[in-house]
Amino acid sequence: MSLLDKLDAVAAARKALLPEGIDVFGMPIEEVYSATEARVGDRRILFLGTNNYLGLTFAPECLKAAHEALDKEGTGTTGSRMANGSYSGHRALEREFAEFYHCHSGIVFTTGYQANLAMISGLAGAGDVVLIDGDSHASIYDGCRLSGAEIIRFRHNDVADMEKRLRRLGERSKSTLIVAEGIYSMLGDQAPLAEIVRVKNAYNSILLLDEAHSLGVLGKTGQGLVEETGLIDGVDFITGTFSKSLGSIGGYCVSNHPQLDQLRYISRPYIFTASPSPATIASARAALRLLRDGTELRRQLWQNSRQLYARLDALGYQLGPQPGPVIANILDSPQQALMLWKGLLDHGIYVNLILPPAAPEGKALVRCSVSAAHTSEQMDHVGNVFAELRKSIFQ
Amino acid sequence: MTTDYNNILSRLCFHLKQLASPDVVIVPETDLINELAIDSVKLLSLVMEIEDEFDISVPLNVLADVQTVHDLANLIQHIKSTKQ
Ligand SMILES: Cc1ncc(COP(=O)(O)O)c(C=O)c1O
Repeated sequence: MSLLDKLDAVAAARKALLPEGIDVFGMPIEEVYSATEARVGDRRILFLGTNNYLGLTFAPECLKAAHEALDKEGTGTTGSRMANGSYSGHRALEREFAEFYHCHSGIVFTTGYQANLAMISGLAGAGDVVLIDGDSHASIYDGCRLSGAEIIRFRHNDVADMEKRLRRLGERSKSTLIVAEGIYSMLGDQAPLAEIVRVKNAYNSILLLDEAHSLGVLGKTGQGLVEETGLIDGVDFITGTFSKSLGSIGGYCVSNHPQLDQLRYISRPYIFTASPSPATIASARAALRLLRDGTELRRQLWQNSRQLYARLDALGYQLGPQPGPVIANILDSPQQALMLWKGLLDHGIYVNLILPPAAPEGKALVRCSVSAAHTSEQMDHVGNVFAELRKSIFQ
Repeated sequence: MTTDYNNILSRLCFHLKQLASPDVVIVPETDLINELAIDSVKLLSLVMEIEDEFDISVPLNVLADVQTVHDLANLIQHIKSTKQ
């Protein structure tokens, strides 16, 4: 099969699955009204599939900081962190992340995707092992591939399975990097961190925790699962992203291991890409302060999340195992998921559609992401629409 | 060595039969993806079953090269033998 034939096969597979005439993936947003509302075509829609957990994308403090940085430092850095791309803002944000986590040091990356690529491929290499949860995000899988290390998966959130695999590795468990996520992006459930840390210590491995979806969401000051569980000392490296609760774009890693800094010299996804733009960094810095002090935002976020989770659960939808801002409706077939997704959109509600092979275990997901900026009335309305659609989808 | 391989092969066929339609005959040359219609998600869960049965871990890196039932049996035997 030629290179282009392969792409034609992709097109044919998509055509067979997806209806004509609507952009299921990459829906064109014409105008953005607020953290939770936008225009698609000629209709106003409610965003219920963004990762804007704290609703900070229009926070006046973040807008002001971004405007100032734009005026003072221009639209882009046009260079790598390793060359001309480390402005005072980038370095300040690294210190602020380290302080926020009470850690030795931090590194800022251009995206969260690259943070995982950079950390995993910087820590592990040929001859080492990466032991990852089966439901890991693509950036974790890709980081593992880039590393050249042996990639072993354990069953999702199954620490007994993880331990079995460490035992099978024998002495090699000492050169093993374990990777887990604070809140899993697909099902919205949390990693059993206490158990993971206990086993990782017993086998002298290294643990990296991706707090992409838990930053700002879990813990008193929003550090994530490490704060919620009080286990920060058991985690060697924490990665995360600015693209969700911080409402910007970029990635970070913090650690108490002083060796973290050495990754700046060897990690390709850190070196061979331009650094985040000054405005991006400035808004992330302002957002990090709001996030840390965002007790009220977290209260609202969790109230909304529990409200919607309880309603969908009561309606009989099959959901991820744990309430939280990521609420995954698990459907048996892509067709059902597509019907639900389309039905919601027809009622002006935008959610994420996740089809196999991206969804775990070959299922299809309709995933809602709740924000602190949603109102209780909006959650009620969403619940009512789900109730109405249930009849036609499961008839 | 060969008895080990044959044992692995028969256990593998046992697991594959649960996934494939009943009228398919499974031989070592059977192509997992094209003939048994086992997609990557099914293959990974099959591998997890087999890993438990033989007390091994199959790295994802080498799984990409597996096409036939024989390839998979061979791989399992290789991992088992390097472990001991
Ligand atoms: C678990 C997880 N890690 C990393 C990322 C990547 O983050 P970013 O959007 O900053 O590239 C995402 C976001 O999609 C994610 O869900």
